[in-house]
Amino acid sequence: MYELAEAVPWLGSRNPRAARGVVLALMLIAPMIALSAGNTWVRILDFALLYVMLALGLNLVVGFAGLLDLGYIAFYAVGAYTWAFLASPHFGLHLPFWIVLPAGAGFAALAGLILGAPVLRLRGDYLAIVTLGFGEIVRIFMNNLNHPINITNGPQGVNMLDSLSLFGWDISRHIQITDDFKINSLVLFYYVFLLCVVGSVIVIRRLQLSRVGRAWAAIRDDELAAKAIGINVRNMKLLAFSMGATFGGVAGGLFGSFQGFVSPESFSLMESIAILTMVVFGGMGNLGGVILGAIALSLLPELLRSVALPVQQALFGHVILDPEVLRMLLLSLAMIFMMLLRPAGLLPAHARYSRPELAGAGRITE
Amino acid sequence: MSITLLEAQNIGKRFGGLTALSDVSLTIRKGEVYGLIGPNGAGKTTFFNVLTGAYTPNGGEFIFAGSELPTGKPHEVVARGIARTFQNIRLFREMTALENVMAGHHLRSDSSLWGILTQNRHMREEERLITERAFEMLRYVGIERHATTLSRNLSYGDQRRLEIARALATEPQLLALDEPAAGMNATETSQLRDLISTIRQDGVTVLLIEHDVKLVMGLCDRVAVLNFGKKIAEDVPAEVQKNPEVIEAYLGSSHAH
Repeated sequence: MYELAEAVPWLGSRNPRAARGVVLALMLIAPMIALSAGNTWVRILDFALLYVMLALGLNLVVGFAGLLDLGYIAFYAVGAYTWAFLASPHFGLHLPFWIVLPAGAGFAALAGLILGAPVLRLRGDYLAIVTLGFGEIVRIFMNNLNHPINITNGPQGVNMLDSLSLFGWDISRHIQITDDFKINSLVLFYYVFLLCVVGSVIVIRRLQLSRVGRAWAAIRDDELAAKAIGINVRNMKLLAFSMGATFGGVAGGLFGSFQGFVSPESFSLMESIAILTMVVFGGMGNLGGVILGAIALSLLPELLRSVALPVQQALFGHVILDPEVLRMLLLSLAMIFMMLLRPAGLLPAHARYSRPELAGAGRITE
Repeated sequence: MSITLLEAQNIGKRFGGLTALSDVSLTIRKGEVYGLIGPNGAGKTTFFNVLTGAYTPNGGEFIFAGSELPTGKPHEVVARGIARTFQNIRLFREMTALENVMAGHHLRSDSSLWGILTQNRHMREEERLITERAFEMLRYVGIERHATTLSRNLSYGDQRRLEIARALATEPQLLALDEPAAGMNATETSQLRDLISTIRQDGVTVLLIEHDVKLVMGLCDRVAVLNFGKKIAEDVPAEVQKNPEVIEAYLGSSHAH
C-alpha cells in the first residue's frame, strides 16, 4: 500500500510511515463512521470493497499484462453463481465457504483460460471486442439456462444463498455483545472483505515484483521483444487471464454470500465498463491508484445520489434523472476530466526501479 | 576455432511470389565474429528472422550446437542459446534500463508461482541474484549510471547498448546483432566495436548484420554476402572485398573488373 500512502495529501511526501498509518486507520474505522450515517452507507462501503477486489483483478490483466478485457464481469458472475449452486436451496447443497469460495475461484480461473486460449493472438481493439462478447455470452447463458433443464433459474436468479459462516458462526447475524451493544453484520462483512482485499494486494504485489510480473510488463510493452528474450508469451498471457479471473471469482462468491441473491442483471456490460473505468481512472498498473479509483467511483455516485434525489424532489417535485443514469454520467465525466487533467490516472504507475532506494542505492552510486 | 556452432542448410523463405531467401547455406564457427552483409533488400534481416524463429522457413534447417533448431518458436530458440537484437530498437519502453535486463533473465530463472506467492528462500535468493547480475550487465555494456532511467528516455546509443545487455542476459552462445551501428556517430561506432570485441573475447560467438563496411571489415573473422536472397560469397573480409560479384552487387556492373 505504498502508493496509496504516498497519495495522502501533505503527509504522504513528508512522512510515508505516518501516511501509511493514516490509511490503515481510515480503513479500519471507516465502517464506524459510515454506521453513524446509517446502515445504507456501510452497505455501500462493503460494495466499494468488492469493487476494489474486482478492480485489482482486472488491473492484473489490463494494467500489468496490457490485455484489454471488456468482459471481466463474467468471472464475477462465475464466482457468484458457483456460490449460488453450491450453497443455496436451489440444488439443496449447503457446502461450507472454504469449499465454495475456492471452487468459485477455480471455476473463474478455468473460465479465464477458456477466454484466454482463443484470443492469444489478438491485441487492442480486437481483443476488447472478443472479451466483450465473452462477457455477454456468460450473462446470456445465465439468463437462459432455465430451459430445458433448470440450471440457473433464468432471469429470476437464485434466492436465499447461504451467508458466510466462519467456524459455524454466521456473520449475516448481528453479534450481541451486551444488551445494548451489538456488532452489525454489515460491519462484519466489511472486515471480512477488507481482509480479502489485503490478501489480494499482497498476492498481486508479489506477482508484480517477480519474474512473472516482469514477463507481463514485457509482453505489455513489446510482445515481439518479449518472445526474443525467451518469454513464453502464450503461457504468460493465459496465466494473466486466469490469475485475473481468480480475483473476480472470489469477489463474486463474496458478493453472492453478502447479497443472498444472484441474478444475471448484476453482470451486465455496464458493470465491466464501470470496473475498467475504475482501473483507468485510478491509474492503470498502480495498485494504490486502482484501489483509490475503485473506492472513489463507487462512493461518489452514492454521495451524488443521496444529494441529487432530494434536490430533484425539492426543485421539480419529482425525480427527473434516475440514479443509475447519474452514475453512468458521473463515470463518463470522471473519464473526460481525467483524460484532460491526469491522463495517466489519479496515481500514475511508475517503474519499480525508477526510485533508487528500491534498487539498492549503494550499488547505483558505485 | 574450427568447431562449428551453427550450420544453416539450404534455407529458403518465400513471401507469396517473392523469394526472399533461396538455398542459403552458411557455417558459423564457435568463437568468431561472422558478418552478414549485402545491399538493402538482400534478405539479411529475413535470414535473422528465420534463424530466431520469428518466421518459419519454407525449406532447409539449422543445426545449432549439434542438433536441429526448432523453427517458428522464438522462445525455444532463445532457450537453446541464440539471442538477438532488432534493427529498429525494441526495448520495454515503460521499464527502466535495469528492469529491461532483469526481464532478460526470465529464461534463466525458475521461481515457481508457488515460490513467488510464498516468497520462499529460493525465490528471494534468485531475485537478489537477478538484480545483481543485471547491474553487472549494465556495467559491462557501460550504462550502469542510467540503471534507473526509463529505457525510452535513454539516448540512442545507450538504447542500442541496453538491447545488447538484455540479449546477453539470456546467456546466449550466439549473439545475433541486426545493424547495431545504424544511426550511430563515429565515436559511438568505435565504442560499439570495442564492446563487440569484448563480447567475443568472453566466449560468445557473434553474428553481425551491418551496413557499415569499415566496421564489418575491421571486426569480422569471416563475412558472407547476400544478394537477392542468394549467398554470393563467404570468406575472410580481405578476400570478399576483392570478389568481383560482390563489387558488382554493391556498386553496379560497370565498376566490376
